[in-house]
Amino acid sequence: MAIVELKNVAKNYAQGLVAKGKGDKSSNAVDNFNLVTRDGEFVVLVGPSGCGKSTTMRMIAGLERNTEGAILIDGKDVSQVPPKERDIAMVFQSYALYPHMTVAENMAFSLKLKKRPAAEIKTHVDEAAQTLGIQHLLDRKPRELSGGQRQRVALGRAIVRDPQVFLMDEPLSNLDAKLRVDMRAEIVKLHKRLNVTTFYVTHDQVEAMTMGERIVVMKDGKIQQIDTPINLYEFPANRFVAGFIGNPSMNFLRAKHADGVVSGDGYQLSLDGGHRPAVISRKMVDVWVGIRPEHLRLSDATATNRIQGTVDVVETLGAVTVVQLSVGEHSVTAQLPGHQKVELGDTLTLSCDSDKLHLFDDESELAIGRESTAQPSAAAEV
Amino acid sequence: MRSKRSTNAAMGVLAWIVALLIFFPILWLLLTSFKTEQQAFTVVPNFFFSPTLDSFKAALAQGSGYWHYAWNSALTAIVSTIIGLALAVPAAYAMAFYPNKRTDFLLVWMVSTKFIPAVGVLIPIYLVYSAVGLLDNALGLTLLFTAMNLPIIVWMVYSYFRDIPKDIVEAADIDGASIMQTLFKVVLPLALPGLASTGLLALILAWNESFWSITMTDHSAATLAVYIASFKSAEGLYWAKMSAASVLAIAPIIVLGWFTQRQMVRGLTFGAVK
Repeated sequence: MAIVELKNVAKNYAQGLVAKGKGDKSSNAVDNFNLVTRDGEFVVLVGPSGCGKSTTMRMIAGLERNTEGAILIDGKDVSQVPPKERDIAMVFQSYALYPHMTVAENMAFSLKLKKRPAAEIKTHVDEAAQTLGIQHLLDRKPRELSGGQRQRVALGRAIVRDPQVFLMDEPLSNLDAKLRVDMRAEIVKLHKRLNVTTFYVTHDQVEAMTMGERIVVMKDGKIQQIDTPINLYEFPANRFVAGFIGNPSMNFLRAKHADGVVSGDGYQLSLDGGHRPAVISRKMVDVWVGIRPEHLRLSDATATNRIQGTVDVVETLGAVTVVQLSVGEHSVTAQLPGHQKVELGDTLTLSCDSDKLHLFDDESELAIGRESTAQPSAAAEV
Repeated sequence: MRSKRSTNAAMGVLAWIVALLIFFPILWLLLTSFKTEQQAFTVVPNFFFSPTLDSFKAALAQGSGYWHYAWNSALTAIVSTIIGLALAVPAAYAMAFYPNKRTDFLLVWMVSTKFIPAVGVLIPIYLVYSAVGLLDNALGLTLLFTAMNLPIIVWMVYSYFRDIPKDIVEAADIDGASIMQTLFKVVLPLALPGLASTGLLALILAWNESFWSITMTDHSAATLAVYIASFKSAEGLYWAKMSAASVLAIAPIIVLGWFTQRQMVRGLTFGAVK
């Protein structure tokens, strides 16, 4: 258990040895990364591929050196400390099991290197195997195991060590969808039980939302927002986070503002107290309006807040019906109740409550007006 | 369907013809080694004759020194292979797992030394060897064989190491293994089939080497290549004895190759199919 602190951490591949084919040499792969974890916290790093989340994790592991800033584990700067002395365990996307060793040998490897007594190693391995339900596999070689079993062994190899910090680099992305959901829950349970500070890298926002106590959303090497899952959903700091979190993604409409009303071709929405003062005082004209598909509902053509368009696509999922409409130049996705009858080519009027609207600055794309009050949202300078 | 079958048959016949063409000189060598010198010298090819072991007896006779040459061949081939692997493994490890921008150049540069014909560097090496007293010296020949094979060994070991996922090496790093522990407990066991076939290839190349053996040794460090050449004397060629000597010279390596062919094939195609 430990508190991990990253202070102004940056990585530039052009400095020192250039790992072949990785990163843009001219710019930082990770830039100005600041984060302090709680002891035992589960932090998820999420973002599209190439956003620097894996590089950040590899810097915490020591597999890559940070070219700027400091990484502290329990107050001690480990920036120059090799991986083996950082007391961390890592689960790789490829599992990275040692193919020539049995499951038991794989799990015992780190303890053997530390020259722990054989009896103690056996106890630890058996305990971990029991926790993960892999006692019956201990004598097998990795190639004899299924993907899910290998995943468990990789987790077992990490927990046997009783490390200060767990690092997990997209550990579920090689599993099929059903197993992924099961393992997701199991990793969360495991974390509750062991209470070890954990960093978890994923590109899947659903995984991030379901697992993280706090989520770091990254893009182009920079932190976009660090917050709890619910705050990311309700108070995205900028347009990127708003579009990245949530499924189906948030709709964005380019709108003109006048007197507390934002409008464009086919829609008209009035702002409430959350947005109105900020937009009016800043005399804004061009803004982005964000509306989550699940906040749209059918209404009549006279509603104050209305969006009108023709139906292009209807996806009937049973529980919900997802509809795509053409609204002027925009395409708008709406998530309607499952029993809703919608036909292609229908003209629909949708409505949305004013307090569910999100506004973003036209140029900086930062959120306007509404901000999280529950917890300070650590929006990074973009 | 039919055309496919007839194509296959044609390919089969072609394969047999090519195989026989390649194998024929060895067959002829083997037949000649069981002939008398008169029979060996006939102009009309003679496949049917009463075999005799006279040539083998002569080739293995006390004065011929077969065992002396065979010992030199074995010693230089084995020791040069061991030194070659010992030097190549750390080099390949560094290049495979910690590449930098000069790694590719280094690999090409190493193999480019093989582009130079041996005779091109004969004079300088001969003069240096002569000056330091390494002519006709088993150590001198071993070092030459090592230098000759090192680029190939590094390349092969490098490619086997490259087939090992980097994640596994990083996992060992995080698990607390030192570089030596990672090498001996993780990387080498995984690359073992490849190392074995690399070693065998180096062994065969050194065993079969004749240019340096003949030019740099005379008697005390001379290998089987020199022994075979010695049957070409001023009075003429002794075809039967020379054939017997050649059979004796290539026999050990053919037997070794026969027993290890599965290992060889596995090693040489290692990583080709994942």
